[in-house]
Amino acid sequence: MIEVQGLNKFYGDSQVLKELDFTINKGEILGLLGPNGAGKTTTMRILTCFLQPSSGNIQVKDYNVLDNPLEIKSMIGYLPESAPLYGEMLVYDYLAYVAAMRGLDGGSRVKRITELVELCGLKEVVYKAIHELSKGYKQRVGLAHAMMGDPEILVLDEPTSGLDPNQIVEIRQLIKDIGREKTVVFSTHILSEAEATCDRVVIINRGAIVADGATDRLVREFSGGAVVDVTLQHPDAQRVSTEFNQVAGVVDLEDLSEVDEGLVKMAIFSKEDEDIRPALYRVIREQGWDLLDFHRRTETLENVFAQLTREN
Amino acid sequence: MSGALTVFKKELRGFFFSPIAYIVITTFLLLSGWFFFSTFFLYNQAELRNFFSLLPIIFAFIVPAITMRLFSEELNSGSFELLSTLPISDSGIVVGKFMAALVFIALMLLPTLAYAVSVAALGDLDWGPVFGGYCGALLLAGAYAGIGLFASSLTKNQIVAFIIGMAICFMLTIFDRMLFFVPESVLAVFAYLGSTTHFQNISRGIIDTRDLLYFLSIMFLALYATTFVLKEKR
Repeated sequence: MIEVQGLNKFYGDSQVLKELDFTINKGEILGLLGPNGAGKTTTMRILTCFLQPSSGNIQVKDYNVLDNPLEIKSMIGYLPESAPLYGEMLVYDYLAYVAAMRGLDGGSRVKRITELVELCGLKEVVYKAIHELSKGYKQRVGLAHAMMGDPEILVLDEPTSGLDPNQIVEIRQLIKDIGREKTVVFSTHILSEAEATCDRVVIINRGAIVADGATDRLVREFSGGAVVDVTLQHPDAQRVSTEFNQVAGVVDLEDLSEVDEGLVKMAIFSKEDEDIRPALYRVIREQGWDLLDFHRRTETLENVFAQLTREN
Repeated sequence: MSGALTVFKKELRGFFFSPIAYIVITTFLLLSGWFFFSTFFLYNQAELRNFFSLLPIIFAFIVPAITMRLFSEELNSGSFELLSTLPISDSGIVVGKFMAALVFIALMLLPTLAYAVSVAALGDLDWGPVFGGYCGALLLAGAYAGIGLFASSLTKNQIVAFIIGMAICFMLTIFDRMLFFVPESVLAVFAYLGSTTHFQNISRGIIDTRDLLYFLSIMFLALYATTFVLKEKR
């Protein structure tokens, strides 16, 4: 549905985007991840026709951002970072203004505003000036702004920044709900958020794509292997490690024990596709050790992200 | 063009939500009223020529003050990003804001009709030049509003926008009086550039296409330049 083709963007001498190439499918929730200054916002601004690419293009359906900005703008609802709304306007007036811009009039305008006020939880603040609102409410007004024209594509730049934990959960749920019918592109710093909401993530670092794929596939692909953590109440770490070393599939052992606790802690490494837990447990049972903790470490997107975007 | 109409309505309402509008209107009425009536009874003539001859210089200060926030404020707060990602073209935004400023100035001129009415009560007023004067005032306001809008699109800072706009408008206003510095060979060209003569022609009730063309082309040029500046920002 959206095709980013060889996108480059220069600000003066510095190149913020380098030959960006990726596609976004219809009905997908795509997370755009990357450290600060990686080029996420610039990419979104080009997609929403706020900025023009230095070279390259973005194709949205049959239109592209260079030749048909108006058509694309009417298909996309956009929430910029920190929602820079007109502070002096009342929430209702602002929404009515956006509705008029989106070509809604008369009854359909009132109906849509009422719907969005309900959906975004703006009931208590409808007749307040926007500059009086808290950050969370402003963000919600911004979200209502983005969804006003019932657009096919939603572009949200850090939609959960500055919200409290409850609001974050609400907004995430909202994104998921919207994502059932619409295409959603959003950027975030919070990786657990991307993991929880996105079908697919694109990780950008210094203006270039470093990873692109389904969330779980990326995690699998970029993590080296599986790790099992074991904590035992057993005084002899030496013997524990000898026994575990004999288990088939174990690649490496790391002793994490702290002497004064009298506990043995081990990190046991194996290959990714092998589950060594049954074998390890059998050893523990045979030896009669007291087992305190036993779990497989799950590689998270966080580790993958750190690995991909670390300096150098 | 429905987008431009929406922007127009929003901006026009916006003028009346901000205190600047009322300050500007009050200042305008005080200045023009005082300058006009302080000499009116000395001349002992039932005409508004003096009022209209003051307008170019007053407009050169007042109009940029009206237009200074139109783009600068949006660029400063970042709301321009929201505006320009709504389905509206740059020229739609520019035309909407320009029309809002022009209608605001027309509303600001409306109370000065009281001058005409009170002068008509005192003596035999010729309404022809009065009508011409208001037509000229609107054309002049349009040209200066275009320039002010252009200045506003250049910067995030409203004060800077005001000073740039005022400098250009003021220059056009006093151009006619600076002509003795200009060599004779190019005199005709420079004489055409000043706004005061064109305005006075129209306000005398003589509608000449050359004068109309002057104001319309300044408006068009200024608005085109504004659209160009917005495009360059991308």
